[in-house]
Amino acid sequence: MTAAGNSRQSARLASGGLIDRGRPLRFSFDGRSYTGYAGDTLASALVANEVRLVGRSFKYHRPRGLLSAGAEEPNALVELRGGARREPNTPATVAELFDGLEAVSQNRWPSLRHDWLAAGRVLAPVLAAGFYYKTFMWPAPFWEKVYEPLIRRAAGLGRIATGPDPDGYEKAFAFCDVLVIGSGPAGLMAALAAGRAGARVLLVEEDFRFGGRALAERRAIGDRPCHGWAAAVAAELEALPNVRLMCRTTVFGSYDHGVFGALERVNDHVPVPPEYEPRQRLWRIVSRQCVLAAGAIERPLLFGNNDLPGVMLAGAARTYANRYAALAGRRVVVFTDNDDAWSTAADLTAAGASIAAVVDARATTPAGAAPDVHRVTGAVRRALGGRALQAVEIETERGALLRVECDLLAMSGGWTPTLHLSSHQGARPRFDEQRAAFVPAQLPAGMRVAGAANGERTTAEALAAGARAGVAAAEALGLGARAPAIPAVEAETSAQQPLWRVAGAKGKVFVDFQNDVAASDVELAEREGFRSVEHMKRYTTLGMATDQGKTANVNGLALLAARAGQTIGRTGITTFRPPYAPVAIGALAGPHRGKDFRPLRLPPAHGWAVEQGAVFVETGPWLRAQYFPRPGEPDWLAAVIREVTTVRSAVGVCDVSTLGKIDLQGADAAEFLDRLYVNGWKTLAVGRARYGLMLREDGIVMDDGTVSRLADCRYLVTTTTANAGSVYQHMQFCHQVLWPELDVQFVSVSDQWAQFSIAGPHARDLLRAVVDPRHDLSNDAFPYLAAGAVGLADGTAARLFRISFSGELAYELAVPARAGERTVRALMAAGARFGVTAYGLEALGAMRIEKGHVAGNELNGQTTAHDLGLGRMLSTKKDYIGAVMARRSGLVDPARPRLVGFVPVDRGQRLGAGAHFVAPGAAAKAANDQGFMTSAAFSPTLGHWVGLGLLVDGPQRVGERVLAVDPLRGRSTAVEVCDPVFVDAPGERLRV
Amino acid sequence: MRIPCPHCGSRGHDEFAYYGDAAPQRPDPAAADAERAFCEYVYLRDNPAGVHRELWYHAHGCQSWLIVERDTRSHAIGRVLDARARLDGAP
Repeated sequence: MTAAGNSRQSARLASGGLIDRGRPLRFSFDGRSYTGYAGDTLASALVANEVRLVGRSFKYHRPRGLLSAGAEEPNALVELRGGARREPNTPATVAELFDGLEAVSQNRWPSLRHDWLAAGRVLAPVLAAGFYYKTFMWPAPFWEKVYEPLIRRAAGLGRIATGPDPDGYEKAFAFCDVLVIGSGPAGLMAALAAGRAGARVLLVEEDFRFGGRALAERRAIGDRPCHGWAAAVAAELEALPNVRLMCRTTVFGSYDHGVFGALERVNDHVPVPPEYEPRQRLWRIVSRQCVLAAGAIERPLLFGNNDLPGVMLAGAARTYANRYAALAGRRVVVFTDNDDAWSTAADLTAAGASIAAVVDARATTPAGAAPDVHRVTGAVRRALGGRALQAVEIETERGALLRVECDLLAMSGGWTPTLHLSSHQGARPRFDEQRAAFVPAQLPAGMRVAGAANGERTTAEALAAGARAGVAAAEALGLGARAPAIPAVEAETSAQQPLWRVAGAKGKVFVDFQNDVAASDVELAEREGFRSVEHMKRYTTLGMATDQGKTANVNGLALLAARAGQTIGRTGITTFRPPYAPVAIGALAGPHRGKDFRPLRLPPAHGWAVEQGAVFVETGPWLRAQYFPRPGEPDWLAAVIREVTTVRSAVGVCDVSTLGKIDLQGADAAEFLDRLYVNGWKTLAVGRARYGLMLREDGIVMDDGTVSRLADCRYLVTTTTANAGSVYQHMQFCHQVLWPELDVQFVSVSDQWAQFSIAGPHARDLLRAVVDPRHDLSNDAFPYLAAGAVGLADGTAARLFRISFSGELAYELAVPARAGERTVRALMAAGARFGVTAYGLEALGAMRIEKGHVAGNELNGQTTAHDLGLGRMLSTKKDYIGAVMARRSGLVDPARPRLVGFVPVDRGQRLGAGAHFVAPGAAAKAANDQGFMTSAAFSPTLGHWVGLGLLVDGPQRVGERVLAVDPLRGRSTAVEVCDPVFVDAPGERLRV
Repeated sequence: MRIPCPHCGSRGHDEFAYYGDAAPQRPDPAAADAERAFCEYVYLRDNPAGVHRELWYHAHGCQSWLIVERDTRSHAIGRVLDARARLDGAP
């Protein structure tokens, strides 16, 4: 028999096990083909095929075999699948076997059997804990160029796939009255009690079958084998309409207020997820009560070479025999410090193995143990063998040495309650000396713990505790509950005398198998002063591997406690944090990947813009037309030049629907506006609009927009696109928190109205063809800043605002959003004979820069009204948000950079926003910084680039030259300071 | 974290926007020491380890501003009231 097995399932028992022998499955491991059965894990199938060697350890590349049969497995980490689906670090013990499964071992080269990297073990004394703090320091430059790249290449376990993940992931919410975590005897009873009481129960199980350890033991519950009892209870629960069962789902985190995170492995057990199904689903579970019945995890014993393939946890050895009908060894030694492992001797005997010895560190033997078993009181000093266990060396209590040949050492150092979820919110467990285990102490509200997770180790205790917890949970919800009848079980004892360390151990004694941390490392840490558990953990890396030390933590801190001469309870345990088990980033992302990272919002006329060939740009969540290229135009700039030129000479139409719009009503509406904006509103007549500036309470400019008075007590407020949400929230704050006494109400109508800008000398002509002729749009009847309701010729009820961002004769026409697309088509049709152009954000931006209008680049959260040249707007007659703090000396200091315009001295040169200004000849460094360019654009009207920016003493320096340095773009441009309004400074064009 | 909105019931915290301490009152802008009082109002906050009365805005729900009593050590939520009905009875 070789370490690589024989492909004949030679260790498969002839009968028994919860496997389906009618469904054989083919799989490969490291390129060799094997057969298993439906119901196997990869690990159990490997055991059945007598594959002993499954991995190489992280640091020393020691040969490793299966330690466990569960998610706590530290050794048997494999890569599953290939190509873009390749996934490293999956424990073979949780990989459900499927036909065609391909698994590859990790961390070895060129093969598992002959791993050249194992030669590094001669360096073992140098590679002790914390070696990288003491070595690789000289010569200094070697660290970055030689040592670190080498260490990095040698570190790590598996390889990740590069390339996009072809699978999809979902996120979901679940709500329940009682969440039961774990479906062993305790969990099943709790779910039964709560379910029968009528509570909405969610029973979540990590395994692919319900039953927990009832699937792995050879005991009776009631008059049935325990797995049969579990199946019957699961069936009753399945039939209850108020109970939902989820398997293949790990609850990985416990959060405030009964919220839990769980990962459902929807399609990990098939080669490729069926079409439209996700690979995994991330659940957020909101529960009112919780029963944590997550069981316990067995601890290894600490003796020499305890990591040899063939050394296995006793509970796992009998799990393989009972649940999977696979014999992990034929000649078995059991080594234990507790009663529980004696079941392994009995179960393996029943499976046909021979028990060479049961080595018990205690002098007692549990009742019911087979009388003829060869029993030794003492301890295993070390395991012997090369790539697999061949014998063990035992020291008896009298000091005699025995050598016993064996191919399986089933060891048990006791069981550690899986109480992580009870401690994720900061409560620390307490050490129960009598049970030699950490048990939950202070629990989150609504959580109860039952069964082995609470230190209640026997089946009888677990059944009773689960029933009690389920009843209590239901009663806490006001439901009347009766405990289900507790089935009779055989008497069990759970006595233990913890043997934290074998005194006479010879050879390397492993504590954390996955990170290759030995007892000597823990002792080294303590000697070097890393005495707290948190320091010892980080210094040795014990408990920091993907298994998070599930089989290592308690052994490690017991060693620390012994060296420090204090109790384990005093030494404490490291903080538990989610996730309990690794969660793929893909599952956390769910559907929010790539273009779906966040929802895309489309303005009402998007379809029309697509038809027009617009090039789009993302503005926050919005997709907005940036420019509308026409055939023959060589680049975007040509399109923008044409759009701007056409607007300024004829007419253009632009979709501005994304601006925030708020409908404000009430007797105190004007007073409310007065308190929000720097300028006054009580003189604004019905049918008129006004530009408004809004500050934050600290005096910095927050947003700008227009407010139009539609009726006596009704106003339409607009905001910039980016601040639509925050201004609305701010208004709600002022209304609800600051001034609830004001009689106002308002609602966001941003999404309800489509809005289009019609700008240019022919804007009025175009509108006359679209608006109902009964409306007089002459300059006298509808002057600059007029606003009001109008009807369109096609009957649409609209609103018209004569406001101009471009500086031309311009209007904004608002129609109900559903009329947006037909309205823009009507505008374009009406404008055709004037040569109308659609224009986008680039042209919009170029024109507002030509007019010196401030926008988002200037409203950057650091500028004041004075900085932006809007100081004259600040009312001195009323209070408003920000009024007091805007007067702080630092904010009114005239030496602050102020808004001015810039042109390149050499008109052929480009300007770029972000360039900083220094005096000519001054070095380009922070001490000489005089401000920066906020906006820049090519001005089609002027034929060269122009910019707006903030410059110290700007308005006093018109005509001066400064240097605009732009290190990011690698250029430096001489610029001339000028007035920020480049086109039509008197503003005549918009008043015609 | 779940926040029991008085209008909408128990909702996830991601439906809300967090503002901070509900205690500071906007000072009188006409008072002599208004600038100092406003600086304290805008910048200075107590940071208690214990029950904190704070403002949350139910942005993705009823859009109410709520005063929530939350224990900063445990996130346990106490009373939740509409800001419009202030706990201290002030108008």
